[in-house]
Amino acid sequence: MPFKLVFLWTDILFWLLMLMLVTVTVMPKPRHIKQAWTYVWQSKLAMATVVIVMFYLLMTMLDSIHFQRQVEGTYRSDVESVLDVFLAPLDQNVETSYSAPFASRSFVAEAVELPNDGVVYETTPLNYVQQFPEDEPDAKIWDILYKTVVGLMLGLSLSLVLCIAMAYFLRIPILKPSRPNTTQWRTMFITFVVIFTLFAVMYYLSRFYHILGTDKVGQDVFYQTLKSIRTGVLIGTLTTMVLLPFAMVLGTFAGYFRGWIDDVIQYIYTTLSSIPNVLLIVASVLVLEVVISKHPDIFNNIALRADMRLLALCIILGVTSWTSLCRLLRAETLKLREQDYVQASIALGTSNVKLIGRHIVPNLMHIVFITVALDFSSLVLAEAVLAYIGVGVDPTTFSWGNMINVARLELAREPVVWWSLTAAFVFMFTLVLAANLFADVVQKAFDPRARQLA
Amino acid sequence: MFAYITRRILYAIPILIGVNLITFLLFFVVNTPRDMAVTHLGDKYTTEEAIEQWIKSHGYDKPRFFDAEASGLKKITNTLIFTQTKNMFLLQFGTSDTGRDIGQDVKERMGPSLAVAIPALLFGLATNIFVALLLTFFRRSYLDLYGVSFCVALMSISSLFYIIIGQFLLGKIFRWVPISGYIGGWSAAKFVLLPVIVSVVAGVGSGARWYRTLLLEEVNKDYIRTARAKGLSSMQVLFKHALKNAMIPILTGVVVVIPTLFMGSLLLESFFSIPGLGSYTIDAIRSQDFAIVRSMVYLGAVLYIVGLILTDISYTLVDPRVRLQ
Amino acid sequence: MLQKVVALLLVLSLLACGDATPNNPYPASEAQQDIYYNAFAIQPRYLDPAKSYTTDQTAFVMQIYEPPLQYHYLMRPYELTTLTTAQMPQIKYFDQNDREVSASARETRVAYSEYIITIQPGILYQPHPAFAKNEEGQYLYHVLTTRDILGIETLSDFKETGSRELTADDYVYQIKRLASPTVNSPIYGLMRDYIIGLAELNQQLVQVYDEQTPEQQALAYIDLNNYDIEGLQVVDRYTYKVKLHGKYPQFKYWLAMPFFAPMPQEALVFYAQMPLIKKNITLDWFPVGTGPYMMTENNPNRRMVMEKNPNFRGEPYPLQGMPEDLTKGLLADAGETMPFIDKVVFTLEKENIPRWSKFLQGYYDSSGIESDNFDQAIQAGGGQASLTPELEAQGIALLKEVQLTDFYWGFNMLDDQVGGYSVKQQKLRQAISIAFDVEEFIAIFLNERGLPAQGPLPPGIFGHAEGVQGINPYVYNDVNGRAMRKGLDEAKRLMFEAGYPNGINPATGRRLIVNMDVSSRGDPDEKARFAWMRKQFDKIGINLNIRATDWNRFRAKQEKGLIQMYFMGWVADYPDPENFFFLFNGDNGKALQGGVNSSNYNNPRFNRLFNRMKNMEDTPEREKIIQEMTDILRKDAPWVWGFHPESYLLKQDWVHNININQMVRGSMKYIRVDSQLRAQQRKAWNQATYWPILVVVAFFLLLLLPLIISYRNKEHRSVQKRFKDK
Repeated sequence: MPFKLVFLWTDILFWLLMLMLVTVTVMPKPRHIKQAWTYVWQSKLAMATVVIVMFYLLMTMLDSIHFQRQVEGTYRSDVESVLDVFLAPLDQNVETSYSAPFASRSFVAEAVELPNDGVVYETTPLNYVQQFPEDEPDAKIWDILYKTVVGLMLGLSLSLVLCIAMAYFLRIPILKPSRPNTTQWRTMFITFVVIFTLFAVMYYLSRFYHILGTDKVGQDVFYQTLKSIRTGVLIGTLTTMVLLPFAMVLGTFAGYFRGWIDDVIQYIYTTLSSIPNVLLIVASVLVLEVVISKHPDIFNNIALRADMRLLALCIILGVTSWTSLCRLLRAETLKLREQDYVQASIALGTSNVKLIGRHIVPNLMHIVFITVALDFSSLVLAEAVLAYIGVGVDPTTFSWGNMINVARLELAREPVVWWSLTAAFVFMFTLVLAANLFADVVQKAFDPRARQLA
Repeated sequence: MFAYITRRILYAIPILIGVNLITFLLFFVVNTPRDMAVTHLGDKYTTEEAIEQWIKSHGYDKPRFFDAEASGLKKITNTLIFTQTKNMFLLQFGTSDTGRDIGQDVKERMGPSLAVAIPALLFGLATNIFVALLLTFFRRSYLDLYGVSFCVALMSISSLFYIIIGQFLLGKIFRWVPISGYIGGWSAAKFVLLPVIVSVVAGVGSGARWYRTLLLEEVNKDYIRTARAKGLSSMQVLFKHALKNAMIPILTGVVVVIPTLFMGSLLLESFFSIPGLGSYTIDAIRSQDFAIVRSMVYLGAVLYIVGLILTDISYTLVDPRVRLQ
Repeated sequence: MLQKVVALLLVLSLLACGDATPNNPYPASEAQQDIYYNAFAIQPRYLDPAKSYTTDQTAFVMQIYEPPLQYHYLMRPYELTTLTTAQMPQIKYFDQNDREVSASARETRVAYSEYIITIQPGILYQPHPAFAKNEEGQYLYHVLTTRDILGIETLSDFKETGSRELTADDYVYQIKRLASPTVNSPIYGLMRDYIIGLAELNQQLVQVYDEQTPEQQALAYIDLNNYDIEGLQVVDRYTYKVKLHGKYPQFKYWLAMPFFAPMPQEALVFYAQMPLIKKNITLDWFPVGTGPYMMTENNPNRRMVMEKNPNFRGEPYPLQGMPEDLTKGLLADAGETMPFIDKVVFTLEKENIPRWSKFLQGYYDSSGIESDNFDQAIQAGGGQASLTPELEAQGIALLKEVQLTDFYWGFNMLDDQVGGYSVKQQKLRQAISIAFDVEEFIAIFLNERGLPAQGPLPPGIFGHAEGVQGINPYVYNDVNGRAMRKGLDEAKRLMFEAGYPNGINPATGRRLIVNMDVSSRGDPDEKARFAWMRKQFDKIGINLNIRATDWNRFRAKQEKGLIQMYFMGWVADYPDPENFFFLFNGDNGKALQGGVNSSNYNNPRFNRLFNRMKNMEDTPEREKIIQEMTDILRKDAPWVWGFHPESYLLKQDWVHNININQMVRGSMKYIRVDSQLRAQQRKAWNQATYWPILVVVAFFLLLLLPLIISYRNKEHRSVQKRFKDK
């Protein structure tokens, strides 16, 4: 085989999570939960935002299949992902330094040695961008326009075909406008077409230009932002995966068994939550760094080390933030336990585990859904802050936090280098906004009180 | 009342012991004193003696959990965990890696932290309430719809952007304020203005949205309808009744954070070089000065617990229905 | 609400009118004063001269403390001259029978050497409370209780100060401190091998320290007057003698470093008081010296201020310089009494952006250049560098100098694969040295701010060769006197000869894997740097595996000898070839002897030459030996000779007499500032823009106006409706 698959820890966990997501979707659900989801899908906003979030998830999936290429009988040490292949050769098209979006010359003047031993400073043509004759200033604009149109056509036609195919197989009427109080398929398909086309245009243009410019070492910014998606999404999702078991088990146990179990669990989470979150994270990450560097033989590969650090960050974030959910679940369990049907089951002698599984957990799911949806966006935002403090993901990992951290220095330049910061901002903002809006709808759906206040 | 407070404080003690245990595990078991010594003495001609000397002079040469050689009670008291926990309880933070007394540094740095945190809190509170009132007042109008969406959008922006853009626009382009720095006394206003503006703008999204929900909850209650029926204008109803009642959750929410104001803001202080406790912590993190980080973790926990106790007390003060048991 | 906006506007406009340049970070009253403004990025850990080693510390310490000697500010090559001494120290050599022998005597004959140092009479310490006495002649502040220091937060809160004449005792006392366990001086490990009796003193003091109670230990003070050692003698009030084992000509350089500055015992007694330590008033933060400046405000969290020492004797500005110094204007103040500036303000500035922006706004008088804003300031390329036209228009000038520093990628000579002295192993290292394109590294990561190294010696050090001899023939070809890196074919041929054709390791049948350890600080640039380094090895078919760890772990691995390659730097302590070649001395191995020879290089022939060279005067014979040693090193290639970085400094138009001289740390006294011009320029560069406030206010008004109108209509209507209903 010319390549060998590499399973990073975060990949495995992410795919596991995706599997869980699918299982949960397919699994039969209690009626009230089904109703709530129906409410969600009847919201245009939810349908639109879920498409955007799915787009980010898709990018993460593509970026979570890793492999090593075989060259001359040996496997290369650098690990690539499917996304790299899809975006290639963007990762290889490295210019010398900064260049503005769509520029064909470098941003910074470089020394050019003249034949007669002199030196002039001027911007130089970029290596991986099409050059146009200087006497035709409009040629480039026309070229960009032309390529945009081509990308647009490609994207539109492809996405429409996909839509129609899907609508046909799932028997969804998309031509008729959806009536209120039905699933808003139309909104979903429109958003899909828009997003897909937009991405197609960018992708097509990125074959010919650095559409978001290049950074200090000449790396394509578009490539960086897309690669950063994985880090953001993983932190948002894997952390939840870490935190859920803690919070669910401890929360229900404390509320159900009460007595000393409740006391111990309460003590643990009060203690943990009384340490300011950031400080606890910082302290844990600092200590973790020591552990990693104490065992260089285990973490000797850069990709592996960066991956372990990302995973560790998720675990630390999870461990430090399960307390609030745990508290909510405990309170709700206490309430549920007093319900007649639960009391009746207890009287009938149903085993505790069975009882928790059958009567308690399903009735806690709405709290879990709301928390997961709300936490996701705050975790994505937290990553950037942690990167600034210096306890974020590995500096060699692509992430919006790392991008912002580097790019903030670029604002001090004259003229300003704005594109890295802007790119990170736009991509991050889109994800967080979509997640926030979606979370809002979820909250309304699962918490009838919130619905009234909208 | 007095008995209640005493009980709350007594209840805080096991929590503080827990906090201490966590920090001890993190900073003395995972990261050994020897590691600290090597980091600290990382100069060119460091000898083995110097490392041992450093460990000894910081009192880190004691056994960690149990001293088998000592006799009687000393088996437990002559250990690192006991002395360290004791010192923390007495708020004796010891010296940092740079040899400075941490307690004194904390005292000196509280001032600048508060100089930013208090105006930021007050102006933030005022702005949030003002915007929330506006949104509630014009509820179901286009202002409410767009206002809430705008709030969500503001919430979705990383706080780093607010700082970076604020510094860039106001400091570099418009030249209204010094880009960073700090002077004591009234001249501090010049340096504090920008961080306060940034913090208010960064907080208005989530703050105003949250207060709006609180206000709406009140507005939808029956007594408001009664008041409205009595012929009070919607302005009067909002200010006299809804706001007054919504202030209870708002203010108790604020009480929790008051003690933690002393800790300052990590990001703001570090970006604007304000010599408060926030930047103290960040510097300590970056130079891996564990003695400081540990002290700040502990101090943060103490202040948070104080905040919780204050909240409980303030609940009883504003809402007579809540009784202390 | 409208009132609020108006009020806010008023406040803002008041703020604006009160100060023409509202972004001035300093009090307005300082505008016309002779103050030098600078920034510091790292809070100095110690200002105790026995401990301060790094430049961030010596930048302060050397303005305040005066060791016996100093480097000449202008002359090159680096030249020692007197500071507090009357003349240069007298050096005498003795044999085993205490008979004096001549300086040219063979090293084996010299049993010990004596440095006789005589200081000028009449030098006074800065005013300091430690010297303050009452009318009975007792020290006022040597026994303080917590009550006494109520209201005292910093050193300047003490009302009384005093001073005293500098004596030879103070110098001797300081040298003894180097051995004290309460001080933990970084150079004790080196000095105990030279100064006679220092090691024994240390043993005694450690014992004394161990017997102290914890309370005493916390004061970190031992009275060293009770301990005399053979190597240190006070001859008279102004003269002292230092006795060294054998011959150590480099000792004179140490005499220009802060470790050998005088320390008055009064200060130590004063600072060894618990109430003061609790207030952070310690020797580490409030130095006591005889130098041109004294620390008046030390808030390492915010700023450090040094003011002219009123007791300073006055020192003339150097009369001589290099020929070009005349045209540079560096001799305009020749013979004038220094210092020129009244006050030096160092502001803490941890971030690059604000520091650079403030420099451009005229709020800092000089600035280094970070790589982030480098190409904004400098046009580099083709081996040249000059200021950009924008900065030149602002009157900013650029100063540069090659540092006495080596940055290198070293091989561990104890390693079976990349180490060793066989021809094959040599060739592998040479091949890597050729493939590793240091010129490209300098261009990409240092913006050309570095000089590719041809051997261990940077320019400016005795023995550094120019021309043909200055070219490393194993890595470069000589093309018309210019060093051109050899081609990849040559590197591949060497790989073949080394037994790794195309990089394939015959033992495994796979590509050779080389591990490189680097100490990492989590710098965002690292990713690009590591990728670049891997690319270099990839060129000759080697897989490079980079293991980045923190500094501690990195050092620990080095000490165990568990590495193959590593990246490190060496900053010279003094401008002598010995300080570079001892990094290769076989007796100095890191893994085996715990020394500074990180590559564990051990070549008997080299060791022999090193021992001959180290104690020689700068003679042609020494130069010949150095050339021979350099050739051995180049052939063995224990390092990929990296680069010598260049320091760049930008200065504003109004600053005079700045000369980069990395050996001179106490340079503040030379500098002069034209504060009139500065005030003018600052005003011109910092006019604030206020219209955006109006835009923001207008925007909000426009947003609210329709709502207010609609509300009025609604209320109005409902009232009408209510009336109608009645």
